[in-house]
Amino acid sequence: MFRAVGDQELFQETTRRFLEVEVPLAKVRDLAGTTDGYEPSFWRQGAQLGWTSLLVPEDAGGGSISGHGVVDLALVAYEFGLHAAPGPLIGTNVVAAALGRWGTDDQRAGPLADLLAGDAAGAWAHAEPAPNDGLGDLALTATRSGDGFSLHGVKSPVEAGRQAAYILVSARHESGPTQFLIPSNAPGLMIKPLHGLDMTRRHARLEFDGVTVPSTHLVGRPGSAGANIDWLLDLAVSIQLAEMCGALTWAFDTTVDWAFNRYSFGRPLASYQELKHRFADMKMWLEASCAISADAAAAMDRDQAQRSERVSAGKFYVGRYGPELMQDCVQMHGGIGVTFDHDLHLFLRRIVTDVPTYGTPGQHAARLTGILAGADR
Amino acid sequence: MSDTTDVEDVESFAARARAWLAANMPRPPDESRRDPSDDSDEEELRRVARSRRLQRLLYDGGFAGICVPSAYGGQGLTLAHQLAFNEEIADYDYPTETQLPTFTPCLPVILEFGTEDQKNTHIPPMLRGETAWMQLLSEPSGGSDVAAALTTAARDGDEWVLNGSKIWTTGAWWADWGLCLARTNWDVPKHRGLSVFMLDMHQPGIEIHRIEMLNGSREFCQEFLTDVRVPESLRVGAVDGGWTVGVRWMLHERTVLGQSPYVTGEPVRRRLGQGPGGGVAPLLQRARDLGLLTDPKASELIGEVFAMSVVGSTLGSHIAEGIRTGRLAEDAGAITRLYVGTSAVRNASIAFELAGLSAIAWSDSEAELGKRGIDYLMRQAACIGGGTTEMSRNVISERVLGMPRERAFDRDVPFRDVPRSAPQR
Repeated sequence: MFRAVGDQELFQETTRRFLEVEVPLAKVRDLAGTTDGYEPSFWRQGAQLGWTSLLVPEDAGGGSISGHGVVDLALVAYEFGLHAAPGPLIGTNVVAAALGRWGTDDQRAGPLADLLAGDAAGAWAHAEPAPNDGLGDLALTATRSGDGFSLHGVKSPVEAGRQAAYILVSARHESGPTQFLIPSNAPGLMIKPLHGLDMTRRHARLEFDGVTVPSTHLVGRPGSAGANIDWLLDLAVSIQLAEMCGALTWAFDTTVDWAFNRYSFGRPLASYQELKHRFADMKMWLEASCAISADAAAAMDRDQAQRSERVSAGKFYVGRYGPELMQDCVQMHGGIGVTFDHDLHLFLRRIVTDVPTYGTPGQHAARLTGILAGADR
Repeated sequence: MSDTTDVEDVESFAARARAWLAANMPRPPDESRRDPSDDSDEEELRRVARSRRLQRLLYDGGFAGICVPSAYGGQGLTLAHQLAFNEEIADYDYPTETQLPTFTPCLPVILEFGTEDQKNTHIPPMLRGETAWMQLLSEPSGGSDVAAALTTAARDGDEWVLNGSKIWTTGAWWADWGLCLARTNWDVPKHRGLSVFMLDMHQPGIEIHRIEMLNGSREFCQEFLTDVRVPESLRVGAVDGGWTVGVRWMLHERTVLGQSPYVTGEPVRRRLGQGPGGGVAPLLQRARDLGLLTDPKASELIGEVFAMSVVGSTLGSHIAEGIRTGRLAEDAGAITRLYVGTSAVRNASIAFELAGLSAIAWSDSEAELGKRGIDYLMRQAACIGGGTTEMSRNVISERVLGMPRERAFDRDVPFRDVPRSAPQR
């Protein structure tokens, strides 16, 4: 329901066909039992289709389809949601976008080239556990240590934290927010896999107990990353929203089919007014979710207030009503909807995992009030 | 929608509109932020008069009826031109009071079903701001069941004689003309015995009663028609073919919340921003006054109101595009209607909650907070007026999702044999 235009159509169609063939739901279930949740060859092929290069400028080896890379990537993310596809899509693209914009020549030549080729995955280590889990909270510290920095703190949960070769860490330096790109084998970095709801994506806890990194690992100048981190947050959410819309679309379409084909008391479920009215509400939630999500992706080029307004309105809405839609789909299915055999839970797990990731709906609503109050002052 | 294949491109049209608006159109008065239900009759008449003047201004400038064929006084352009014009006029005043229902649904109904004569006679005065129209559709007995109209039109030579009552008409007491759905045949099933008439509201036999709502608003009217004589030349569409007209009529009514090719300005954006609850600005002010901007609960609630209006502003064009590309059925405007109703209800609840005790008992200086209480009493109006949200849910499930229709007990029965409510009033 994200409208592709021109070359985007072929691009989206190619990704769709690839996912249909490579990760049908039976395969997704097989992969759920594996450590990493996806196969390196799958990711490398996806990178060849363009999944990792859309947000990176051409002079750094990337390139978009339409000139608007976030909208292009949203089409890929929508297909990921629609197919419950595994793979470090958001983390890799956040890291690649950061390096494309602010990376040094060395970072572009090494890590970014690996990410673009699909030879390595990226992870965005930004969220921290409670009580530092508010939007904008940053408790992990970076202090000067010799020629480099010493990092202390915890990042958790980090999607693909154990699968990624490159980790973008946001830290608090005395001069302000600061970002580093560190290799996953940095001495002293403890990466502990977490249990998780989602069967298709992996999360880890990253413990920094005096991890020493050289200055060459800085992404941008120390203390100058506040606005950049804000942009990355908006970016991550806008891609997440598209992915959520894909998952919601699968669940809704599947449940509509079910309602037409499932008979009780001699008539299809779709003929009961009580259920029809709930389908009408679900259709409204789905259309409104797709409307604001497409708009949020398109807004990524605009100034900060407008961009964050669209993104946070989207996260509030899809985060609030998306799970309602999913749970109503479960309810419409009855008992079979809460069984392991039915595929619905693959999508339910993803949606529920997305809700608090990159900020809860409530946090994004409060962020909107902050934007309004700032503009109004 | 366009007369000719050689139309002005949208960009140069927009540039021309921009220059013309800057030179001719006044900025919106501050009072446009005021709740319309506060209006005294004098104020409302003054606003109507201003709307008529602004409409005339648009007409003289060549910007009235952008999608209306030039043969009937319009510009013969496309929806894209109208949408571009709406963007350009966003910062200016525009004819708010006389947009609806004159320019939709009344105008497109006449365009689609009117005779050449009817179109030539009635459309140009609409575009010049000379005639304001209203819709005589709902009846006290009918509620959502519009096709169960009891108002009767009986043939008498070259005339029809109308008797009955219509209700929930907005601004009927100052309107000039009305479209009226009436029963012309009681011996056939309900949908097959209706006809549509154009009614001159300034004629004998029409008694207009103002309805007072629980918040004191008197914008709605009820009309009592007693032996109102209408010439045959004012009948629209076929005799007994009124439901064909009625279906399109209601479809055009729903485009009000999406993108109507005939409506100028931003009624949708304004409606979303200013539904029950008064929009987000007073909530923000209230929170600032009380030092609540850093209170997580209050800032979440205020952000929710704002988020709902941002989402709503994207939904209308998303649905309209879905209809244009054929992804969604033409009736999908019901999705927007459902959103507007349900989000307004939520906003009214939030505004009431944030207003605290002052919403139930207030001093003169707290009148704004007291209004949040009154708005809360009126909360459900957003889910009733313009077709209930229950009807929207029927439309979405049946006509957008294709689910089976509700069983009807009035299908193949002559209308006079269909059971109905006891007469009211």
